[in-house]
Amino acid sequence: MTILVIAEHDQNALKRATYHTVTAAASMSSDVDLLVFNPQVSTEAAKISGIKHVLVVDEKNYAHQLAENVAPLVSELAKQYTHVLAPATTFGKNILPRAAALTDMAMISDVIKIISPDTFLRPIYAGNALATVQSHEAIQFLTVRSTGFAAATQNQSATAEIKALDILIPNTLSQFEGEEIHISARPELTAARIIVAGGRGLKSLENFKLLEKLADTLGAALGASRAAVDAGFAPNDYQVGQTGKVVAPDLYIAIGISGAIQHLAGMKDSKVIVAINNDPDAPIFQVADYGLVADLFTSLQELQLELDKR
Amino acid sequence: MKVLVAVKRVIDFKTHIRIKADQTGVETANVKMSMNPFDEIAVEEAVRLKEQGIATEIIVVSIGSNACQETLRSALAMGADRAILIQTEEKIQPLAAAKIFKALAEKEMPRLIILGKQAIDDDNNQTGQMLAGLLQWPQGTFVSKVEVLQDKVKVTREIDGGLEMLSLTMPAVITTDLRLNEPRFISLPNIVQAKRKTIDIIPLTEFKVDTKPRLQILKVTPPEKRKSGVKVNSVAELVQKLKDEAQVLS
Ligand SMILES: Cc1cc2nc3c(=O)[nH]c(=O)nc-3n(C[C@H](O)[C@H](O)[C@H](O)COP(=O)(O)OP(=O)(O)OC[C@H]3O[C@@H](n4cnc5c(N)ncnc54)[C@H](O)[C@@H]3O)c2cc1C
Ligand SMILES: Nc1ncnc2c1ncn2[C@@H]1O[C@H](COP(=O)(O)O)[C@@H](O)[C@H]1O
Repeated sequence: MTILVIAEHDQNALKRATYHTVTAAASMSSDVDLLVFNPQVSTEAAKISGIKHVLVVDEKNYAHQLAENVAPLVSELAKQYTHVLAPATTFGKNILPRAAALTDMAMISDVIKIISPDTFLRPIYAGNALATVQSHEAIQFLTVRSTGFAAATQNQSATAEIKALDILIPNTLSQFEGEEIHISARPELTAARIIVAGGRGLKSLENFKLLEKLADTLGAALGASRAAVDAGFAPNDYQVGQTGKVVAPDLYIAIGISGAIQHLAGMKDSKVIVAINNDPDAPIFQVADYGLVADLFTSLQELQLELDKR
Repeated sequence: MKVLVAVKRVIDFKTHIRIKADQTGVETANVKMSMNPFDEIAVEEAVRLKEQGIATEIIVVSIGSNACQETLRSALAMGADRAILIQTEEKIQPLAAAKIFKALAEKEMPRLIILGKQAIDDDNNQTGQMLAGLLQWPQGTFVSKVEVLQDKVKVTREIDGGLEMLSLTMPAVITTDLRLNEPRFISLPNIVQAKRKTIDIIPLTEFKVDTKPRLQILKVTPPEKRKSGVKVNSVAELVQKLKDEAQVLS
């Protein structure tokens, strides 16, 4: 078995999700190659344990990794592999189905467990059911959830061979016009050890900001329910849930979130869940390890005081 | 310009699902079914394009059993012009759905195809991307804003780090995210009017595409249940428990 992992990275560094995807690949084979789109990140990539080759393409041609030429590139490379894996992020989900279709292969999304090299476990119905899926395709295209696999480690003595590829596929169909990336000093949502998440119960943008101080005290990332994002309290990339990000931190503190199944889908695998809500019947309490039935505004103040005491 | 919109019939998002005892799947008999919420957003966007004078005809299409006619009727009531049911009793996987939509697109020649970003039953999030690939059209996935210019469509995409703006040369495929729009409420007169619109029923077998399932679902099982937790009486107790019992705070 030979496996290709599609790396997700920015100009400077690999995204954490890439490390988790490598672990999934390495659990099936010791023949794992990593595709990167920028020589800048190839040194970092070569140091990941379990990688054999780092394949590098010319960044100018694949800038912003648009699907229109990255997918044909992946489809072309795929022919030499038994598996092609990408993180189950908006990046991986954009690219991989297109690449699979170009190869005339089915694909399996959001793999959380590898049962055998052709059989995988994945959540369906917002995580309310788990499907065991078997594929007899010649090439398995999979997106992998970070929450299902530990991160691969850096190994200073590991040196994968770096290979430059000169496959040039033009893109005349789409054009990058700009981006608004939310830069924050806080940890990334999907990599954070602690997450403080707010819902509609916060009632306003100003109130949502009350969570920032708490998050900073805890060294936590901020998350939100869809209702909070829709109401404009938080940016879209804060959304946790079936259709937002899937997270599994050590501690998830849900404040003013009711716990709709679509929200639970994104956080119910957290190690410890805390819920603060003034409605004792809120469904979030069914998954919370520690529930506090109280007004969130008073609780927030008390919590801050209590933590400042430490 | 013509706009094609895919609508899938799924278990209503508010319904608690039941897994069949024999683990073959999820119970769908006698369960409330609705249009996939992302597809409702797709239909709404198409209708708005028509109201702006950009779209001239909206064709909604569903692949599935005769029951999907109900879903198509809702889309017609929202403002679509005509509907196509590609009739089959088989369960159609994303690659097969994409091939069927491709065949239909080659016949209908739309300038824009709008799909949901994911169907909330299988949560695959694949069909739009596969369709765009097969057609060799550009794709705008997870879209929260659409602006049609001459021969291009500008889209804003919701990505993990924020937003990304792309310009796509039409014809193009778009998949919708939640914040693209808020679907309208369907009024009674619209429902009545929709009854006069046509639904063409085409048997799947008329499309010469390979729809054989590539993936086997070996079993469907419930996820592990979380142990039920405790209620704490105060913030002080909460913090103490997080430190001493759960050991997630130092
Ligand atoms: C297709 C689809 C996909 C979806 N995807 C997602 C998703 O990915 N993520 C997601 O989160 N949602 C998603 N949703 C939406 C989901 O169904 C819920 O509507 C949403 O999660 C509700 O957000 P909320 O809990 O913040 O708001 P609400 O349900 O309104 O809950 C607010 C809570 O705050 C509490 N509260 C109010 N005031 C106070 C106070 N002073 N003190 C303490 N508590 C207070 C209330 O008791 C209530 O429980 C999706 C929906 C659909 C249809
Ligand atoms: N059987 C179907 N009938 C109509 N539309 C479908 C069907 N399957 C998938 N789609 C469309 O493809 C989108 C993505 O589905 P999926 O890739 O299954 O998550 C849906 O939101 C629909 O717009």
